[in-house]
Amino acid sequence: MRGSVAIAGVGLAGCGEAPGWTEMEIAVAAAKNALDDAGLTARDVDGVVIASTNIFMSGLALAEHLGVRPKFTESTMIGGSSFVEHLIPASLALNAGLCDTVLVAYGSNQRTGVGRGEAGRYKMALDPQAFEHPYKPFNPPSSYAMAAARHMHQYGTTREQLAEIAVAARKWAQLNPEAFSREPLTVEDVLRSRMVSDPLTVRDCCLVTDGGGAYVLTHAERVKDFPKPPAYLLGVGAAHWHRQISSMPDLTVTAATESGRRAFDMAGLGPEDVDVLELYDAFTINTLLFLEDLGFCRKGEGGAFVSGGRIAPGGKLPVNTNGGGLSCVHPGMYGIFLIIEAVRQLRGEGGARQVKDAAVALAHGNGGVLSSQITAILGTKDTL
Amino acid sequence: MSPPSGPEKHYLDALKEGRFEIQRCAACTRHVFYPRVLCPYCGSERLEWVAPSGRGVVYSTTVVRRKPADGGDYNVCLVDLAEGVRMMSRIAAIAPTDVRIGMAVTARIADGLVEFTPA
Repeated sequence: MRGSVAIAGVGLAGCGEAPGWTEMEIAVAAAKNALDDAGLTARDVDGVVIASTNIFMSGLALAEHLGVRPKFTESTMIGGSSFVEHLIPASLALNAGLCDTVLVAYGSNQRTGVGRGEAGRYKMALDPQAFEHPYKPFNPPSSYAMAAARHMHQYGTTREQLAEIAVAARKWAQLNPEAFSREPLTVEDVLRSRMVSDPLTVRDCCLVTDGGGAYVLTHAERVKDFPKPPAYLLGVGAAHWHRQISSMPDLTVTAATESGRRAFDMAGLGPEDVDVLELYDAFTINTLLFLEDLGFCRKGEGGAFVSGGRIAPGGKLPVNTNGGGLSCVHPGMYGIFLIIEAVRQLRGEGGARQVKDAAVALAHGNGGVLSSQITAILGTKDTL
Repeated sequence: MSPPSGPEKHYLDALKEGRFEIQRCAACTRHVFYPRVLCPYCGSERLEWVAPSGRGVVYSTTVVRRKPADGGDYNVCLVDLAEGVRMMSRIAAIAPTDVRIGMAVTARIADGLVEFTPA
Protein backbone atom coordinates (compact mmCIF):
# COMPACT_ATOMS: atom_id res chain seq x y z
CA MET A 1 0.00 0.00 0.00
CA ARG A 2 2.94 2.33 0.75
CA GLY A 3 3.21 5.09 -1.83
CA SER A 4 0.45 3.66 -4.02
CA VAL A 5 -2.11 6.40 -3.42
CA ALA A 6 -1.93 10.13 -2.82
CA ILE A 7 -4.10 13.01 -1.72
CA ALA A 8 -4.47 15.36 -4.66
CA GLY A 9 -6.77 17.98 -3.14
CA VAL A 10 -8.11 19.22 0.20
CA GLY A 11 -10.82 21.71 1.09
CA LEU A 12 -12.67 23.27 4.02
CA ALA A 13 -16.11 24.88 4.24
CA GLY A 14 -18.29 26.48 6.88
CA CYS A 15 -15.69 26.25 9.65
CA GLY A 16 -16.69 28.17 12.76
CA GLU A 17 -20.30 29.11 12.22
CA ALA A 18 -22.44 28.26 9.20
CA PRO A 19 -25.98 29.18 10.25
CA GLY A 20 -28.69 28.09 7.85
CA TRP A 21 -26.59 25.33 6.28
CA THR A 22 -27.40 21.63 6.50
CA GLU A 23 -24.70 19.07 7.29
CA MET A 24 -24.74 17.68 3.75
CA GLU A 25 -24.57 21.15 2.22
CA ILE A 26 -21.45 21.89 4.28
CA ALA A 27 -19.91 18.55 3.25
CA VAL A 28 -20.60 19.23 -0.41
CA ALA A 29 -19.25 22.79 -0.20
CA ALA A 30 -16.04 21.35 1.27
CA ALA A 31 -16.00 18.71 -1.47
CA LYS A 32 -16.18 21.44 -4.12
CA ASN A 33 -13.17 23.17 -2.57
CA ALA A 34 -11.20 19.92 -2.43
CA LEU A 35 -12.05 19.10 -6.05
CA ASP A 36 -11.08 22.62 -7.15
CA ASP A 37 -7.81 22.17 -5.27
CA ALA A 38 -7.14 19.00 -7.29
CA GLY A 39 -8.24 20.58 -10.56
CA LEU A 40 -11.20 18.19 -10.78
CA THR A 41 -14.99 18.38 -10.79
CA ALA A 42 -17.66 16.14 -9.32
CA ARG A 43 -17.89 14.51 -12.78
CA ASP A 44 -14.46 12.96 -12.14
CA VAL A 45 -15.49 11.32 -8.85
CA ASP A 46 -16.23 7.59 -9.00
CA GLY A 47 -15.81 6.76 -5.31
CA VAL A 48 -17.60 8.52 -2.43
CA VAL A 49 -16.78 8.24 1.25
CA ILE A 50 -18.41 9.91 4.23
CA ALA A 51 -19.31 9.30 7.88
CA SER A 52 -22.04 11.04 9.79
CA THR A 53 -23.49 10.90 13.29
CA ASN A 54 -26.88 11.98 11.99
CA ILE A 55 -27.42 11.30 8.29
CA PHE A 56 -28.92 7.88 7.58
CA MET A 57 -27.21 6.09 4.66
CA SER A 58 -24.85 9.05 4.34
CA GLY A 59 -22.92 7.52 1.42
CA LEU A 60 -26.08 7.49 -0.65
CA ALA A 61 -26.95 11.02 0.40
CA LEU A 62 -23.51 12.40 -0.56
CA ALA A 63 -23.54 10.78 -4.01
CA GLU A 64 -27.11 11.88 -4.63
CA HIS A 65 -26.37 15.48 -3.69
CA LEU A 66 -23.27 15.55 -5.91
CA GLY A 67 -24.97 13.82 -8.84
CA VAL A 68 -22.32 11.11 -8.74
CA ARG A 69 -23.03 7.45 -9.61
CA PRO A 70 -20.14 5.88 -7.71
CA LYS A 71 -18.45 2.55 -8.32
CA PHE A 72 -17.25 2.55 -4.72
CA THR A 73 -19.07 3.77 -1.61
CA GLU A 74 -17.83 3.64 1.96
CA SER A 75 -19.35 5.04 5.13
CA THR A 76 -17.75 3.25 8.03
CA MET A 77 -18.62 5.18 11.18
CA ILE A 78 -16.24 4.57 14.09
CA GLY A 79 -16.34 8.07 15.54
CA GLY A 80 -14.16 11.05 14.77
CA SER A 81 -11.29 8.90 13.52
CA SER A 82 -13.44 7.62 10.63
CA PHE A 83 -11.98 9.98 8.04
CA VAL A 84 -8.46 8.78 8.78
CA GLU A 85 -9.63 5.16 8.77
CA HIS A 86 -11.30 5.75 5.39
CA LEU A 87 -7.81 5.86 3.86
CA ILE A 88 -7.69 2.08 4.29
CA PRO A 89 -10.80 0.98 2.31
CA ALA A 90 -10.31 3.82 -0.18
CA SER A 91 -6.71 2.73 -0.86
CA LEU A 92 -7.77 -0.89 -1.20
CA ALA A 93 -10.48 0.06 -3.69
CA LEU A 94 -8.07 2.18 -5.72
CA ASN A 95 -5.39 -0.50 -5.70
CA ALA A 96 -7.92 -3.17 -6.70
CA GLY A 97 -8.89 -1.06 -9.70
CA LEU A 98 -12.46 -0.57 -8.52
CA CYS A 99 -12.30 3.20 -8.99
CA ASP A 100 -9.92 6.05 -9.81
CA THR A 101 -10.95 9.14 -7.86
CA VAL A 102 -12.24 8.88 -4.31
CA LEU A 103 -13.82 11.83 -2.56
CA VAL A 104 -13.89 11.75 1.25
CA ALA A 105 -16.13 14.41 2.80
CA TYR A 106 -17.62 15.52 6.11
CA GLY A 107 -19.94 18.30 7.21
CA SER A 108 -21.56 19.28 10.49
CA ASN A 109 -23.65 22.14 11.83
CA GLN A 110 -23.12 21.07 15.42
CA ARG A 111 -22.79 24.67 16.67
CA THR A 112 -25.68 26.47 14.99
CA GLY A 113 -27.92 23.58 13.91
CA VAL A 114 -31.24 23.12 15.66
CA GLY A 115 -32.74 20.08 17.40
CA ARG A 116 -29.50 18.78 18.94
CA GLY A 117 -31.00 18.01 22.35
CA GLU A 118 -33.90 16.14 20.82
CA ALA A 119 -31.57 14.15 18.56
CA GLY A 120 -29.45 13.21 21.57
CA ARG A 121 -32.51 11.88 23.41
CA TYR A 122 -33.57 9.80 20.40
CA LYS A 123 -30.08 8.34 20.06
CA MET A 124 -30.04 7.38 23.74
CA ALA A 125 -33.42 5.67 23.32
CA LEU A 126 -32.19 3.70 20.30
CA ASP A 127 -28.85 2.72 21.89
CA PRO A 128 -29.44 2.72 25.66
CA GLN A 129 -25.95 1.55 26.79
CA ALA A 130 -27.47 0.01 29.90
CA PHE A 131 -24.18 -0.22 31.78
CA GLU A 132 -23.19 3.43 31.50
CA HIS A 133 -26.11 5.76 30.72
CA PRO A 134 -27.94 5.18 34.04
CA TYR A 135 -24.98 6.78 35.87
CA LYS A 136 -25.27 9.90 33.68
CA PRO A 137 -21.65 10.40 32.60
CA PHE A 138 -21.47 13.72 30.78
CA ASN A 139 -19.98 12.19 27.69
CA PRO A 140 -17.64 12.44 26.02
CA PRO A 141 -15.94 14.71 28.63
CA SER A 142 -16.52 12.44 31.65
CA SER A 143 -14.86 9.45 29.98
CA TYR A 144 -11.78 11.45 29.01
CA ALA A 145 -11.79 13.05 32.47
CA MET A 146 -11.46 9.62 34.07
CA ALA A 147 -8.53 8.83 31.77
CA ALA A 148 -6.89 12.10 32.81
CA ALA A 149 -7.56 11.41 36.50
CA ARG A 150 -6.03 7.97 36.22
CA HIS A 151 -2.96 9.27 34.38
CA MET A 152 -2.50 11.93 37.08
CA HIS A 153 -2.86 9.30 39.80
CA GLN A 154 -0.51 6.80 38.20
CA TYR A 155 2.20 9.11 36.82
CA GLY A 156 1.89 12.36 38.74
CA THR A 157 0.75 14.26 35.68
CA THR A 158 -0.59 17.69 36.67
CA ARG A 159 -3.45 19.89 35.53
CA GLU A 160 -0.82 22.52 34.66
CA GLN A 161 0.82 20.08 32.23
CA LEU A 162 -2.53 19.35 30.60
CA ALA A 163 -3.17 23.10 30.39
CA GLU A 164 0.12 23.54 28.52
CA ILE A 165 -1.38 21.46 25.74
CA ALA A 166 -4.36 23.82 25.42
CA VAL A 167 -2.03 26.83 25.48
CA ALA A 168 0.19 25.35 22.75
CA ALA A 169 -2.86 24.68 20.56
CA ARG A 170 -4.00 28.27 21.08
CA LYS A 171 -0.59 29.64 20.10
CA TRP A 172 -0.75 27.68 16.85
CA ALA A 173 -4.31 28.94 16.27
CA GLN A 174 -3.06 32.49 16.66
CA LEU A 175 -0.91 31.86 13.57
CA ASN A 176 -3.87 30.47 11.62
CA PRO A 177 -6.33 33.05 10.26
CA GLU A 178 -8.90 30.26 9.74
CA ALA A 179 -8.88 29.17 13.41
CA PHE A 180 -12.02 29.80 15.48
CA SER A 181 -10.46 30.72 18.86
CA ARG A 182 -7.47 33.05 18.61
CA GLU A 183 -7.58 35.23 21.73
CA PRO A 184 -4.67 34.84 24.16
CA LEU A 185 -4.83 31.91 26.59
CA THR A 186 -2.58 31.16 29.56
CA VAL A 187 -2.14 28.11 31.78
CA GLU A 188 -3.84 30.10 34.56
CA ASP A 189 -6.80 30.81 32.26
CA VAL A 190 -7.23 27.10 31.57
CA LEU A 191 -7.02 26.15 35.26
CA ARG A 192 -9.50 28.84 36.32
CA SER A 193 -12.05 28.08 33.60
CA ARG A 194 -15.35 26.44 34.41
CA MET A 195 -14.89 22.85 35.56
CA VAL A 196 -16.86 20.47 33.30
CA SER A 197 -15.95 17.02 34.58
CA ASP A 198 -13.01 16.92 37.00
CA PRO A 199 -10.12 17.34 36.25
CA LEU A 200 -11.08 18.84 32.86
CA THR A 201 -12.21 22.45 32.53
CA VAL A 202 -13.99 23.84 29.51
CA ARG A 203 -10.56 24.91 28.13
CA ASP A 204 -9.34 21.30 28.37
CA CYS A 205 -12.23 20.43 26.05
CA CYS A 206 -12.48 20.92 22.30
CA LEU A 207 -14.52 23.59 20.61
CA VAL A 208 -18.05 23.03 19.39
CA THR A 209 -18.14 24.54 15.91
CA ASP A 210 -19.75 24.03 12.55
CA GLY A 211 -17.59 23.00 9.64
CA GLY A 212 -16.73 20.56 6.93
CA GLY A 213 -13.72 19.21 5.15
CA ALA A 214 -12.91 16.98 2.21
CA TYR A 215 -10.00 15.34 0.46
CA VAL A 216 -9.49 13.63 -2.88
CA LEU A 217 -7.53 10.36 -2.97
CA THR A 218 -6.26 8.88 -6.21
CA HIS A 219 -3.59 6.60 -7.71
CA ALA A 220 -0.04 7.81 -7.08
CA GLU A 221 0.85 7.51 -10.75
CA ARG A 222 -1.98 9.91 -11.66
CA VAL A 223 -1.00 12.76 -9.39
CA LYS A 224 1.58 14.19 -11.75
CA ASP A 225 -1.42 15.45 -13.74
CA PHE A 226 -2.68 17.56 -10.85
CA PRO A 227 -1.94 21.22 -10.17
CA LYS A 228 -0.58 20.97 -6.62
CA PRO A 229 2.05 18.76 -4.97
CA PRO A 230 0.41 15.58 -3.71
CA ALA A 231 0.74 14.02 -0.28
CA TYR A 232 1.56 10.33 -0.58
CA LEU A 233 0.20 7.76 1.86
CA LEU A 234 3.28 6.12 3.36
CA GLY A 235 1.62 4.12 6.12
CA VAL A 236 -1.64 3.61 7.91
CA GLY A 237 -2.70 1.46 10.85
CA ALA A 238 -5.92 0.92 12.75
CA ALA A 239 -6.77 -0.54 16.14
CA HIS A 240 -9.61 -0.52 18.62
CA TRP A 241 -10.11 -2.35 21.89
CA HIS A 242 -13.37 -0.98 23.30
CA ARG A 243 -16.32 1.31 22.67
CA GLN A 244 -17.34 2.35 26.19
CA ILE A 245 -14.83 3.73 28.67
CA SER A 246 -15.84 1.09 31.24
CA SER A 247 -14.53 -1.55 28.82
CA MET A 248 -11.15 0.13 28.24
CA PRO A 249 -8.52 -2.20 29.73
CA ASP A 250 -6.11 0.52 30.98
CA LEU A 251 -7.21 4.16 30.83
CA THR A 252 -3.60 5.30 30.46
CA VAL A 253 -2.80 3.18 27.37
CA THR A 254 -4.72 3.54 24.11
CA ALA A 255 -4.87 1.36 21.01
CA ALA A 256 -2.67 4.02 19.37
CA THR A 257 0.20 1.85 20.62
CA GLU A 258 -0.86 -0.68 17.95
CA SER A 259 -2.15 1.64 15.22
CA GLY A 260 1.04 3.70 15.41
CA ARG A 261 3.31 0.69 15.21
CA ARG A 262 1.40 -0.63 12.19
CA ALA A 263 1.57 2.71 10.40
CA PHE A 264 5.29 3.17 11.13
CA ASP A 265 6.03 -0.41 10.02
CA MET A 266 4.25 0.14 6.70
CA ALA A 267 6.00 3.46 6.17
CA GLY A 268 9.39 2.07 7.19
CA LEU A 269 9.77 5.09 9.46
CA GLY A 270 9.85 5.89 13.16
CA PRO A 271 8.82 8.79 15.38
CA GLU A 272 12.22 10.44 14.83
CA ASP A 273 11.40 10.81 11.12
CA VAL A 274 8.18 12.80 11.65
CA ASP A 275 8.37 16.55 10.97
CA VAL A 276 4.84 17.53 11.97
CA LEU A 277 2.09 15.84 14.00
CA GLU A 278 -1.66 16.30 13.81
CA LEU A 279 -3.16 14.49 16.83
CA TYR A 280 -6.88 14.24 17.52
CA ASP A 281 -7.15 16.62 20.49
CA ALA A 282 -10.79 16.44 21.54
CA PHE A 283 -9.39 16.94 25.07
CA THR A 284 -5.97 17.94 26.38
CA ILE A 285 -5.37 14.42 27.72
CA ASN A 286 -5.62 13.05 24.15
CA THR A 287 -2.51 14.83 22.94
CA LEU A 288 -0.54 13.61 25.94
CA LEU A 289 -1.67 9.98 25.58
CA PHE A 290 -1.02 9.90 21.84
CA LEU A 291 2.48 11.39 22.18
CA GLU A 292 3.24 8.55 24.60
CA ASP A 293 1.46 5.77 22.72
CA LEU A 294 2.88 6.73 19.32
CA GLY A 295 6.38 6.60 20.76
CA PHE A 296 7.35 10.29 20.92
CA CYS A 297 8.01 9.91 24.65
CA ARG A 298 7.82 7.14 27.20
CA LYS A 299 4.64 6.07 28.97
CA GLY A 300 3.98 8.36 31.90
CA GLU A 301 6.37 11.07 30.71
CA GLY A 302 3.89 12.96 28.53
CA GLY A 303 3.33 15.66 31.12
CA ALA A 304 6.99 16.58 31.36
CA PHE A 305 7.35 16.18 27.58
CA VAL A 306 4.75 18.84 26.71
CA SER A 307 6.06 21.29 29.32
CA GLY A 308 8.07 24.36 28.44
CA GLY A 309 6.35 24.90 25.11
CA ARG A 310 7.87 21.86 23.40
CA ILE A 311 4.78 21.32 21.17
CA ALA A 312 3.96 25.04 20.75
CA PRO A 313 5.19 27.27 17.89
CA GLY A 314 8.95 27.59 18.25
CA GLY A 315 9.15 24.35 20.24
CA LYS A 316 11.05 21.24 19.23
CA LEU A 317 8.05 19.22 18.06
CA PRO A 318 5.26 20.91 16.06
CA VAL A 319 1.91 19.40 17.14
CA ASN A 320 -1.53 20.44 15.91
CA THR A 321 -0.30 23.27 13.78
CA ASN A 322 -3.76 24.51 12.76
CA GLY A 323 -4.73 25.00 16.42
CA GLY A 324 -6.34 21.57 16.68
CA GLY A 325 -9.76 20.65 17.90
CA LEU A 326 -9.02 22.72 21.00
CA SER A 327 -8.66 26.04 19.18
CA CYS A 328 -9.17 25.71 15.40
CA VAL A 329 -12.29 23.71 14.58
CA HIS A 330 -14.23 20.77 16.03
CA PRO A 331 -17.61 20.11 14.43
CA GLY A 332 -18.54 16.88 16.21
CA MET A 333 -15.94 14.80 14.42
CA TYR A 334 -12.48 16.22 13.75
CA GLY A 335 -10.70 13.46 11.80
CA ILE A 336 -10.83 14.97 8.34
CA PHE A 337 -9.17 18.16 9.55
CA LEU A 338 -6.11 16.20 10.67
CA ILE A 339 -5.57 15.02 7.11
CA ILE A 340 -6.21 18.46 5.61
CA GLU A 341 -3.70 20.21 7.87
CA ALA A 342 -1.10 17.48 7.30
CA VAL A 343 -1.44 17.89 3.52
CA ARG A 344 -1.19 21.67 3.76
CA GLN A 345 1.98 21.40 5.82
CA LEU A 346 3.54 18.95 3.35
CA ARG A 347 2.72 21.34 0.51
CA GLY A 348 4.19 24.32 2.33
CA GLU A 349 0.83 26.09 2.45
CA GLY A 350 0.88 26.77 6.20
CA GLY A 351 1.63 30.49 5.99
CA ALA A 352 2.73 31.87 9.37
CA ARG A 353 2.36 28.43 10.95
CA GLN A 354 4.31 26.55 8.28
CA VAL A 355 6.78 23.98 9.63
CA LYS A 356 10.00 24.47 7.68
CA ASP A 357 10.79 21.70 5.19
CA ALA A 358 7.99 19.44 6.43
CA ALA A 359 8.36 16.18 4.49
CA VAL A 360 6.74 13.59 6.78
CA ALA A 361 3.46 14.27 8.59
CA LEU A 362 1.64 12.05 11.04
CA ALA A 363 -2.15 12.34 11.36
CA HIS A 364 -3.63 10.42 14.26
CA GLY A 365 -7.38 9.94 14.53
CA ASN A 366 -9.30 9.06 17.67
CA GLY A 367 -12.95 8.06 17.87
CA GLY A 368 -15.49 7.41 20.61
CA VAL A 369 -13.97 7.65 24.09
CA LEU A 370 -10.30 6.88 23.35
CA SER A 371 -11.80 3.98 21.39
CA SER A 372 -10.87 3.77 17.72
CA GLN A 373 -7.27 4.74 16.99
CA ILE A 374 -6.05 5.27 13.43
CA THR A 375 -2.59 6.49 12.49
CA ALA A 376 -1.71 7.72 9.01
CA ILE A 377 1.71 8.81 7.82
CA LEU A 378 1.86 11.06 4.79
CA GLY A 379 4.87 12.29 2.91
CA THR A 380 6.12 14.42 0.05
CA LYS A 381 7.46 12.97 -3.21
CA ASP A 382 10.97 12.90 -1.73
CA THR A 383 9.90 10.46 0.98
CA LEU A 384 8.72 7.77 -1.45
CA MET B 1 -30.31 -24.61 25.49
CA SER B 2 -31.42 -21.00 25.22
CA PRO B 3 -31.86 -18.86 28.30
CA PRO B 4 -35.27 -17.34 28.91
CA SER B 5 -34.00 -13.88 27.99
CA GLY B 6 -30.83 -12.17 26.78
CA PRO B 7 -28.09 -11.56 29.34
CA GLU B 8 -28.75 -7.82 29.57
CA LYS B 9 -32.37 -8.33 30.53
CA HIS B 10 -31.42 -11.08 32.97
CA TYR B 11 -28.99 -8.71 34.71
CA LEU B 12 -31.46 -5.83 34.89
CA ASP B 13 -34.34 -8.08 36.04
CA ALA B 14 -32.15 -9.53 38.80
CA LEU B 15 -31.28 -6.02 39.99
CA LYS B 16 -34.97 -5.14 40.11
CA GLU B 17 -35.44 -8.17 42.37
CA GLY B 18 -32.58 -7.01 44.59
CA ARG B 19 -29.86 -9.37 43.30
CA PHE B 20 -26.49 -8.20 41.89
CA GLU B 21 -25.26 -10.92 39.56
CA ILE B 22 -22.34 -11.03 37.14
CA GLN B 23 -21.22 -13.75 34.77
CA ARG B 24 -18.44 -16.27 35.16
CA CYS B 25 -17.14 -18.34 32.28
CA ALA B 26 -17.30 -22.06 33.05
CA ALA B 27 -14.69 -22.72 30.36
CA CYS B 28 -11.91 -20.26 31.26
CA THR B 29 -13.11 -19.43 34.81
CA ARG B 30 -12.82 -15.67 34.30
CA HIS B 31 -15.56 -13.33 35.47
CA VAL B 32 -17.25 -11.24 32.78
CA PHE B 33 -18.83 -7.80 32.93
CA TYR B 34 -20.93 -6.37 31.29
CA PRO B 35 -23.11 -9.43 30.64
CA ARG B 36 -22.33 -11.10 27.32
CA VAL B 37 -23.61 -13.82 25.02
CA LEU B 38 -20.07 -15.19 24.57
CA CYS B 39 -17.09 -15.00 26.87
CA PRO B 40 -14.91 -12.12 25.52
CA TYR B 41 -11.76 -13.91 26.72
CA CYS B 42 -12.21 -17.42 25.31
CA GLY B 43 -15.34 -17.35 23.14
CA SER B 44 -17.25 -19.91 25.17
CA GLU B 45 -21.02 -19.55 25.58
CA ARG B 46 -20.89 -21.30 28.96
CA LEU B 47 -21.46 -18.16 30.97
CA GLU B 48 -23.00 -18.73 34.40
CA TRP B 49 -24.51 -16.19 36.76
CA VAL B 50 -22.78 -15.75 40.11
CA ALA B 51 -23.12 -13.31 42.98
CA PRO B 52 -20.00 -11.13 43.31
CA SER B 53 -18.54 -10.39 46.73
CA GLY B 54 -19.55 -6.74 46.36
CA ARG B 55 -16.04 -5.61 47.27
CA GLY B 56 -14.31 -3.22 44.92
CA VAL B 57 -11.73 -0.48 44.48
CA VAL B 58 -12.22 2.86 42.69
CA TYR B 59 -10.17 2.71 39.46
CA SER B 60 -10.95 6.23 38.33
CA THR B 61 -13.41 8.96 39.20
CA THR B 62 -14.84 12.27 38.03
CA VAL B 63 -17.24 14.88 39.34
CA VAL B 64 -19.80 15.89 36.75
CA ARG B 65 -20.38 19.58 37.33
CA ARG B 66 -24.01 20.62 37.19
CA LYS B 67 -25.82 23.78 38.25
CA PRO B 68 -27.42 23.52 41.70
CA ALA B 69 -30.79 24.29 40.09
CA ASP B 70 -30.38 21.16 37.95
CA GLY B 71 -29.47 18.97 40.94
CA GLY B 72 -25.87 19.91 41.61
CA ASP B 73 -22.57 18.03 41.14
CA TYR B 74 -22.46 14.24 41.17
CA ASN B 75 -19.94 11.42 41.03
CA VAL B 76 -19.30 9.02 38.15
CA CYS B 77 -16.57 6.44 38.57
CA LEU B 78 -15.15 3.13 37.45
CA VAL B 79 -14.94 0.40 40.06
CA ASP B 80 -12.79 -2.72 39.81
CA LEU B 81 -14.59 -5.59 41.54
CA ALA B 82 -12.65 -8.17 43.54
CA GLU B 83 -13.64 -10.67 40.82
CA GLY B 84 -11.43 -8.81 38.31
CA VAL B 85 -14.05 -6.97 36.28
CA ARG B 86 -14.65 -3.26 35.96
CA MET B 87 -17.95 -1.39 35.91
CA MET B 88 -19.15 2.17 35.73
CA SER B 89 -20.91 3.27 38.89
CA ARG B 90 -21.12 6.03 41.49
CA ILE B 91 -20.02 6.37 45.09
CA ALA B 92 -22.87 7.24 47.43
CA ALA B 93 -22.83 8.49 51.02
CA ILE B 94 -19.88 10.88 50.55
CA ALA B 95 -19.38 14.13 48.64
CA PRO B 96 -18.53 13.54 44.97
CA THR B 97 -15.28 15.49 45.43
CA ASP B 98 -14.22 13.16 48.26
CA VAL B 99 -14.11 10.06 46.06
CA ARG B 100 -10.50 8.94 45.57
CA ILE B 101 -8.81 6.52 43.23
CA GLY B 102 -7.82 3.41 45.18
CA MET B 103 -10.65 3.80 47.71
CA ALA B 104 -12.11 0.49 48.91
CA VAL B 105 -15.86 0.36 48.34
CA THR B 106 -18.83 -1.97 48.84
CA ALA B 107 -21.71 -2.53 46.44
CA ARG B 108 -25.36 -1.97 47.19
CA ILE B 109 -28.47 -1.73 45.06
CA ALA B 110 -30.35 1.57 44.93
CA ASP B 111 -33.17 2.38 42.53
CA GLY B 112 -32.41 -0.72 40.45
CA LEU B 113 -28.76 0.32 40.01
CA VAL B 114 -25.52 -0.93 41.54
CA GLU B 115 -23.80 1.85 43.47
CA PHE B 116 -21.02 1.75 46.04
CA THR B 117 -20.28 3.18 49.45
CA PRO B 118 -16.87 3.46 51.17
CA ALA B 119 -15.96 0.12 52.70
